[in-house]
Amino acid sequence: MVRQELKKIVVYTFFLAILFIPMLGFKTPSFQPGRVFKTLGVFVAILIFNFIVKLIRSRRKAGEVQKTPLTERAGAWINQFPKIYTLGGLVVLAVVFPLVADNYMIDVGITCLIYVCLGLGLNIVVGLCGLLDLGYIAFYAVGAYSYSLLNLTFGVSFWAALPIGIVLGMIVGCIIGYPTLKMRGDYLAIVTMGFGEIVRLVLNNWDSLTAGPNGLFGMQRPGLYYPSFEESGFTWATYYLKSLPALYYFIFFIAIVVIIAVRRLDNSRIGRAWIAIREDEVAAELSGVPTTWIKLLAYALGAAFASVAGAFFAAKLSYTNPNFFLFMESCIVLSIVVLGGIGSIPGIIMAAIALIAAPEIFRQLEAYRMLAFGAIMTTMMILKPEGLIPASRRRHELHEADEKKPTE
Amino acid sequence: MDLSAFLLQQFVNAIFLGSIYALIALGYTMVYGIIELINFAHGELFTAGAFIGVIVLTALQQMGWVETHFVLTMIIVFGLAMAYVAVLGVALEHVAYKPLRKSSRLAALLSALGMSIFLSNGMMLSQGVSDRAYPQVFGLNSIEIMGARITNGQIFIILLAVALMIGLQLFVHRTRLGKAMRATAQNKTMARILGINIDLTIRITFMIGPALGAAAGVMVGLFYGAVRFDMGFIFMIKAFAAAILGGIGSIPGAMLGGLIIGGIEVFWAAFLPSAWKDVTTFTVLILVLYLKPSGLLGEGTTEVRV
Repeated sequence: MVRQELKKIVVYTFFLAILFIPMLGFKTPSFQPGRVFKTLGVFVAILIFNFIVKLIRSRRKAGEVQKTPLTERAGAWINQFPKIYTLGGLVVLAVVFPLVADNYMIDVGITCLIYVCLGLGLNIVVGLCGLLDLGYIAFYAVGAYSYSLLNLTFGVSFWAALPIGIVLGMIVGCIIGYPTLKMRGDYLAIVTMGFGEIVRLVLNNWDSLTAGPNGLFGMQRPGLYYPSFEESGFTWATYYLKSLPALYYFIFFIAIVVIIAVRRLDNSRIGRAWIAIREDEVAAELSGVPTTWIKLLAYALGAAFASVAGAFFAAKLSYTNPNFFLFMESCIVLSIVVLGGIGSIPGIIMAAIALIAAPEIFRQLEAYRMLAFGAIMTTMMILKPEGLIPASRRRHELHEADEKKPTE
Repeated sequence: MDLSAFLLQQFVNAIFLGSIYALIALGYTMVYGIIELINFAHGELFTAGAFIGVIVLTALQQMGWVETHFVLTMIIVFGLAMAYVAVLGVALEHVAYKPLRKSSRLAALLSALGMSIFLSNGMMLSQGVSDRAYPQVFGLNSIEIMGARITNGQIFIILLAVALMIGLQLFVHRTRLGKAMRATAQNKTMARILGINIDLTIRITFMIGPALGAAAGVMVGLFYGAVRFDMGFIFMIKAFAAAILGGIGSIPGAMLGGLIIGGIEVFWAAFLPSAWKDVTTFTVLILVLYLKPSGLLGEGTTEVRV
């Protein structure tokens, strides 16, 4: 029994080590013997890691140590305080943050909050409705470009452009959503991936409209309007949000709105319909859920949130170009959703902060960022598919499935 | 050059590109046929093959083998690239697919996608961000047929691709393992009851599919003269379009789909603005999925599955 387990671990580790070979770099013409030792080192490290994982899992299975995972214990610890205090504390922390941080940190904070919006938007499509969308960043691009073009050609202000951008995003969402309605998971993934590329290529190639790879620049920042009573009488004056703290508070406000909206959606009739579709589409249809419309709505709403984030992004930088919207960006947003826990709002917020801020803090490891994201995605799916902070509903579903198949 | 020669030239190019797409598409189709999942990391395996090719070929060129033992060099280059990627494919299956065989589809898809990101960034870190130049081994010799020029490299690559495809057909239809593969694709439970080793069959599939992709990677490198860590992405979507167009799960379908996608791309680039050729291919993919998801030669069952 033990020998079998050992054999399993060694075999698994062996294959895992093979996957690491591309990372170790065999470059012609020189072959360095040092690399061989590096390979062996990686092998041993993975072996030890696997043993530890196995050990923890087997002890948990045997029931010797029936401990709840750390994240859940932390959650229980937080839950003993009244909810309003925890939330209030977090909001105060977020509000105070720009007062104590330097400009660089504030910039990182803004990026984090943008990704919170994106993650929550993608959560609707992937987490609630169960449709794997790999071209999500296209909607972000639609938001960014619609604001840029409206502002540059017609001088439309941010506030007026925002609803137009949202509507455009929703339309594009429906255009992508409609032909893919009947498709199953993996087809859908590839098609959305292709669609994301199409949007990027169109932005890149349509020189006369989007200035191609050079990008658009010179957009106005979002403005705030306030009444002014100068000598000329009553007028509306504009305060453009140019400083980083101002932009931070602005995206913080947007993020709060998005969080509240997603929370309300999650607990609404529509949210339950999405989850019903994710679990069993045929059963949902038979129970009277209008699946076509509800799925389109998931796309459209997900796109709307991304579009808002995109419009803010373009307004903040006052610049945009097609290369901001590569496939890799979609992957980053997806790994946020996966790491945080599919369908879980606090999980996604924490994951966005962790995945975006951590590489900024450990600057020298920047190159390994995407490598780690990929590894995290696979590891999470194998070890903890419900994510670090699972949505309670989702956790029950997943563990129910475990109990049914005790052999695995 | 008159129009008919021009058309013939484009036709040759289309067959050339199409056979490369077909080889990659075969990998998708075979894996899909067996486990009903798309191998997201297939594009990365293809790129890994191309990199092994450039490493081995450069080494052999420095030893002067390209001039003296040309055929042997090619056998070593293709053999090593295919063998390495076959091992990589098995490793991928064992690490990312096997533990998730009973989980939800979404979990398996995300796991494969994670591996794809991991591998492509691993190659970026180890092989660099810029293009790696492939040694030019074919020279510029070409033959002319009715005004169309075909380079030696093109002829070699087309012949090799056809040989590999014929070999695959023979393997799938004439050997015991091939029969086991077809049985597993049709009904996994029944195959298991009849004593077929499912694990082994899946493993073999994950060897053959990626190995064909690796051969395609070396071909792309040899012909275009450069490889890059992220070139797998665009080839992946196109080969996937080819697999879908031909009917996923169907091996002749993948070949046909590859040729059609290659044809669309080449003729679009010849007559219409070539910047939009990728958009066209992706649009074809979406249209096919919308209008006829079972593909041209797909089995009827796919319709139910989709």
